[in-house]
Amino acid sequence: MNQVLGDKRAILILLGPALLMYSVIMVIPVVWSFGFALFRGNLIEGFTFVGLANFARLIQDEQVGSAVRFTLLYTVVISTGQILLGYSLALLYTFVLRRSSSLIRTLVFFPVVLPSVAVGLLFSRLFAVAPNTGPVESLLTLFGVAPFDFFAGAGTAFWVIVVMDLWRSMGFYGVLLFSGLVDIPGEILEAARIDGARGWRLIRSVVLPLSLPILVSSIIFSLNASLKVFDTIVALTNGGPGSQTTPITLLMFQTSFFYSSFGYGSSMAILISVMCLTVTAFIFKYSRRDLTVAEAA
Amino acid sequence: MAGVVQVSQPTTVRRTAGTSRSLAVRKFARGLPTKLLILLLLVIEVYPLFWLVSTSLKSTQEFLNTPFWSLPQSLEFQNYADAWTLGRIGVSLQNSLMVTVPSVFFILILGAMAGFALEVMIWKGRNGVLLAILCGIMVPVQMILLPLFTIYFKVGLTNTLWPLLLTYIGHGLPLTTFLMAAYFRAVPRELFESSTLDGAGILRSFFSIGLPMVRNGLLTVALLMFFSTYNDLLIALTFITSRDKSTVQVGLLNFQGEYGSVLYGPLFAGICMTVLGTLVVYLFLSRQIMQGLAGGALKG
Repeated sequence: MNQVLGDKRAILILLGPALLMYSVIMVIPVVWSFGFALFRGNLIEGFTFVGLANFARLIQDEQVGSAVRFTLLYTVVISTGQILLGYSLALLYTFVLRRSSSLIRTLVFFPVVLPSVAVGLLFSRLFAVAPNTGPVESLLTLFGVAPFDFFAGAGTAFWVIVVMDLWRSMGFYGVLLFSGLVDIPGEILEAARIDGARGWRLIRSVVLPLSLPILVSSIIFSLNASLKVFDTIVALTNGGPGSQTTPITLLMFQTSFFYSSFGYGSSMAILISVMCLTVTAFIFKYSRRDLTVAEAA
Repeated sequence: MAGVVQVSQPTTVRRTAGTSRSLAVRKFARGLPTKLLILLLLVIEVYPLFWLVSTSLKSTQEFLNTPFWSLPQSLEFQNYADAWTLGRIGVSLQNSLMVTVPSVFFILILGAMAGFALEVMIWKGRNGVLLAILCGIMVPVQMILLPLFTIYFKVGLTNTLWPLLLTYIGHGLPLTTFLMAAYFRAVPRELFESSTLDGAGILRSFFSIGLPMVRNGLLTVALLMFFSTYNDLLIALTFITSRDKSTVQVGLLNFQGEYGSVLYGPLFAGICMTVLGTLVVYLFLSRQIMQGLAGGALKG
């Protein structure tokens, strides 16, 4: 038995191709990126060893600073919005619509599968003021707001990005968190109701603690996705006005391919990885403590 | 929020509501905010797409001169023809399919094979290998872009579809392997043991028993990988510089850059066509898609 299940040749045949692809496409490039970060230059001009100079530059670079600040602001706003809206949707599906929630879930989820560039272009037209007053501008005019260009100011452009990304992703987080809520046994909810827990109190003391594991997973996923945001912003504002809505991922792309600094671009890629890892580790640590608190209470 | 939960509350309310009309009215009124909220939600989610379709059928003149809510006066299908040829949406769609379909196929077969070897077969060091592959899920694409660009450049693959195919496969494998290992874990081991006793080799067991047993899992992962590949922008933007090879996402971006401020109708039509493909898949498989995308996020 174990001879067959431990057949070395079969293991090689089954695992070999995947391992080879994984090594060539993922492992070697990741190691290589760390190497690149110690050099300056690109494919055409060649590379010069500069040691840690790229990282020193990274810390002082005002462009990097503003891109990181933008990314963090974006991440905080988007992830908060995604989790709050997603959780509200999940509560709506579970407790209000119950059995009939399927159609609404399907409709609200739909934007998730749309190509992100299509969504970005759609929203740039929805919020457009010229050449044709878009729906949002028209509605604002109805409320007496003078037409203005959303994409001319960094603040307003930021909020269009936020609206777009929440519109696009809330159905996803709704379904994600819903899958945690439907798993809560009905008897527990019934028992809590008999004990007098209603409304907000029922959610806070019973539903929230019981759905905590899935909530933590969703938060981690949401933070990681937001830190790596790229597509939708490229399609909607392309980082503008100026570079005021440029996330670190876009700056890394521009540095690498428009300014051909592979070394500096690699150090930014490392920065992105470090940001993602730090946030994930932080949430893991924090959520573990929070779990014990919930148990104690 | 309090009102929201109360709607689902005691059955006694429902019983008395039938007897008195004023109570029924009051109950309807209490449910009204929730109903309005759901209506608003649907309008917000669906209206932009409706607007997209309706605008894609307007001529440029009509788009500029009529308010946004007006329906197209005549259906301007020329927009779609223009987008298809002038905007090269046709070429882009073809490229996207030529990359996405083989990518997903190879991701699935390689991932399933690896998942099987790591989960069902017994050998020393398999946990270590699984862990090493798991790390790949955490790696941002940015970390592999520049070295891969260098490799493809040196090998002379730039401006073919090969870089996309290879990168998507390598990048999709970690999550797929992990998910497939999880699906194989749910298959009773006795099945493989008895097939072995019946004299089947391990490769035979994999193809005749392993794969059929996890076919739901295969479909779920296939959908997850289909959408993440079809909707990718970063990798496609990095490795494709020629317009003949652009995928849907890059093609749309180019179209917007070149004609976006002149040919409104065709641009909307182009967006519509790229959306349509995913819509059709979604209509048939929405349940599996929701399950797949959510599952991929939770486990990843």
